Amino acid sequence: MSSQNRERLPVVIVGHVDHGKSTLVGRLFHDTGSLPDGRLEAIQEMCTRRGMPFEWAFLTDALQGERDQGVTIDTSHVWFKTDKRDYVLIDAPGHKEFLRNMVTGAAQADAALLLIDAAEGVREQSRRHGYLLHLLGISQVIVVINKIDRVGHDRERIAEIETDYTRYLSELGVIPRFVIPISARDGDNVVERSRHTPWYGGPTIVEALDHFEPAAAPPDLPLRLPVQDVYKFDDRRIIAGRIEAGILRPGDEVLFSPSNKTARVKTLEAWNASSPIEATAGDSVGITLDEQLFVERGDVISHIERAPIESDVFRARLFWLPREPMEVGNRYTMKLHTTEVPVTVQSIDKVIDATSLDSGGGTVVQQNAVAEVVLRADRLLALDSYITCPMTGGFVLVHAYRIIGGGNLSMEGYPDQRAMVSVKSTNITAVDHAVSGEERAQRTGHRGGVIWFTGLSGAGKSTIAQATARALFQRGYQVYVLDGDNVRGGLNANLGFSPEDRAENIRRVGEAAALFADAGVLVITAFISPYRADRDRARAAAERLLGEDAFQEIHIEADLATCEARDPKGLYKRARSGEIRDFTGVSAPYEAPDKPDLVIDTGGNAVDQCVDEVLAYVDSHYSARK
Amino acid sequence: MASQLDRLESRSIYIFREAFNSIDKLAMLWSLGKDSNVMMWLAKKAFFGHVPFPVAHVDTGKKFPEMYAFRDEYVKEWDLNLVLRDCPPVEEMDPSLPPAARSAARKTAGLKGLLAEQGYTGLIAGIRRDEEGTRAKERVFSPRGTDAEWDVRNQPPELWDQYNTAVPPGAHLRIHPLLHWTEIDIWRYIEREGVPVVDLYFAKDGKRYRSLGDQDITSPVKSEAADIAAIIAELEATREPERAGRAMDHEAEDAFERLRADGYM
Repeated sequence: MSSQNRERLPVVIVGHVDHGKSTLVGRLFHDTGSLPDGRLEAIQEMCTRRGMPFEWAFLTDALQGERDQGVTIDTSHVWFKTDKRDYVLIDAPGHKEFLRNMVTGAAQADAALLLIDAAEGVREQSRRHGYLLHLLGISQVIVVINKIDRVGHDRERIAEIETDYTRYLSELGVIPRFVIPISARDGDNVVERSRHTPWYGGPTIVEALDHFEPAAAPPDLPLRLPVQDVYKFDDRRIIAGRIEAGILRPGDEVLFSPSNKTARVKTLEAWNASSPIEATAGDSVGITLDEQLFVERGDVISHIERAPIESDVFRARLFWLPREPMEVGNRYTMKLHTTEVPVTVQSIDKVIDATSLDSGGGTVVQQNAVAEVVLRADRLLALDSYITCPMTGGFVLVHAYRIIGGGNLSMEGYPDQRAMVSVKSTNITAVDHAVSGEERAQRTGHRGGVIWFTGLSGAGKSTIAQATARALFQRGYQVYVLDGDNVRGGLNANLGFSPEDRAENIRRVGEAAALFADAGVLVITAFISPYRADRDRARAAAERLLGEDAFQEIHIEADLATCEARDPKGLYKRARSGEIRDFTGVSAPYEAPDKPDLVIDTGGNAVDQCVDEVLAYVDSHYSARK
Repeated sequence: MASQLDRLESRSIYIFREAFNSIDKLAMLWSLGKDSNVMMWLAKKAFFGHVPFPVAHVDTGKKFPEMYAFRDEYVKEWDLNLVLRDCPPVEEMDPSLPPAARSAARKTAGLKGLLAEQGYTGLIAGIRRDEEGTRAKERVFSPRGTDAEWDVRNQPPELWDQYNTAVPPGAHLRIHPLLHWTEIDIWRYIEREGVPVVDLYFAKDGKRYRSLGDQDITSPVKSEAADIAAIIAELEATREPERAGRAMDHEAEDAFERLRADGYM
């Protein structure tokens, strides 16, 4: 292989403070002959001047503050090579206070060395760094047990640490490639095999590094090209971006998400080179289209098949860096591929102690913690679950000009909203109705409308809907109740209970309810309808046909414990036993309304009282005899 | 399969495009050296033959004549919007700095003048991590304070290719599209792409300049490398550091860090 094409592998060195990361970097450099001339002497001279013993760490601890305190503050990159390939070694700080810099270094790496001091054993940052590597998507790991001279090269002590730490890593699903006992200071098992560890048959650090593989995007991933910018410097209109996954060729028909437009790629553009015939993951490209589309930064280009997910709500597993805690309701800017969007923390579901892996609930995420949260964006985004496509499923949060956290997206329990926003029929013209809404209201004495109940299973939606309908009917209303019983059997018989099917179920109910209302009927719907986006779309459907005030969102509210105690259909019991999957409130999310038009508390009030409240509300809004 | 140079190039292009998209008042520093010229070349790749922002030369007045001639030729050739800014005299610089660093500090002062005059909120600079220890700790998008200072103890996190692109009022960002390149990468790219460079890099009479700065604080190294291929071969074998000939790096343990903390590139 020509030297120009040698692989270059970035490897990060992490672990608890003072466990010897910078020393290992210095040692690797020296023993592989990679130190520039004069560097060793300069470090020796510096140590003499400072009246301290020789420290390899001074090689990368380039800042005065680092040398003065003998602690690495910020991450550093150094280059060295073996016969097999080139390496970028990333030295990361182990001090808790500089976790942001550790994460910065580790996020650039394809593989990691996790260092543990043989005398001190596994410490807080040993575990936290292990967890963060896992979260950053680094699965190639070597565990290095350093300072074995400090424990007299004791095989049992080393085995103890190995067991302790590999057990922790295995709970994360990380299996270290090797566990290597070394003394970085003395150079044992770094480049040269140690004569103190005759019982160790594995590779030295340098040999082990050569076993890593450069991270490469899986070749079978679908095309993802987030739009970075659109240029019009000359007569070409060029859409610029970097291909994050897949392959793109001129002539391909492509889809822009979330704007849902399609076009054909005319050319791949380049300067000082011939036009490429194809482009693949990692390539920064420019394309022209066969027609002029309005395209924006943040749109994701894919093929028509295997398009990204569209959603404004998602789960995130993230690490949190600033001193100020994250709380429910806080707003941040999210950067995901080339999109930038304000998000709200909708819920904090789990706060994970990275050192014990204990997880608990919680309403705040403290500095340096890891958490699972639900984020809601101000608009629909094109994205992927991190496990499907890491390049379009990893994000950062920004506040006050700084990145303050980052993590991975998951759509578990949430639907792809693409189908909901796609309009497949295009040649539609509006129909003028011969009978107007006012005429219908004059005849019935009330306007048509949608009374949308939402709430947990067992909160009392059906009971109150039926009792309200009876009372309204007696007052002369044309009224009808839509609930699972009359739509699941027919209109929605082809839908199951996956997040996508639930969303489609509610979309159809919303459209049907809007048509009933347009026909002059007052419709009450009694569905859990757990997703806010779905209810917003139902509102839009009614308002599209009838204008404002046609839709009332009523939260039929009782807490989970109350609903579970009632359990009228025995569903909670079956959900808890695992017999029913994706059950709202138990194993699937419920998003309470942000600003409901009315809240009915069924936990504290009798049914009659609840019905009276709804009745009074409906009468005041829809009666035409005021 | 994409080569290592393709990967480096693609990442730099990505950085250029992020900077151009997010920063309103953007300019690129052009020092006329090899890295600067590679950077210019990458900009033309990123923007399909155009350099869509001003190119600033902060001129100490003490560059080599060959460098000025090069500048005048390529401003036309590359159709650049050149902004020139001179530097205040050395007498006005911090007298506690060692002599060469004090001389180099003129460039920081010129840079601050440029920022005040033009109101730039983003400056693209061609530094690399492998050049020097404090540069090894740099971010791709690196914030500078209202007096251009670098708060090295409090750098923001930078994850994957998500950068801190928002600029606080009164401050500016340094953008470093070459941060991940090494010296030998630069020469291999110059060779592959035919990027023009000043002749001073090629050996004459057994000496060549490996790094170019002001005439009075830059010295040549012993070398027989008279063409690009020979330079690459020399770099593959050498253990001599690149900036050995730059006096300001070596006068005192912390001289260069102090320069950089004050706003030097």
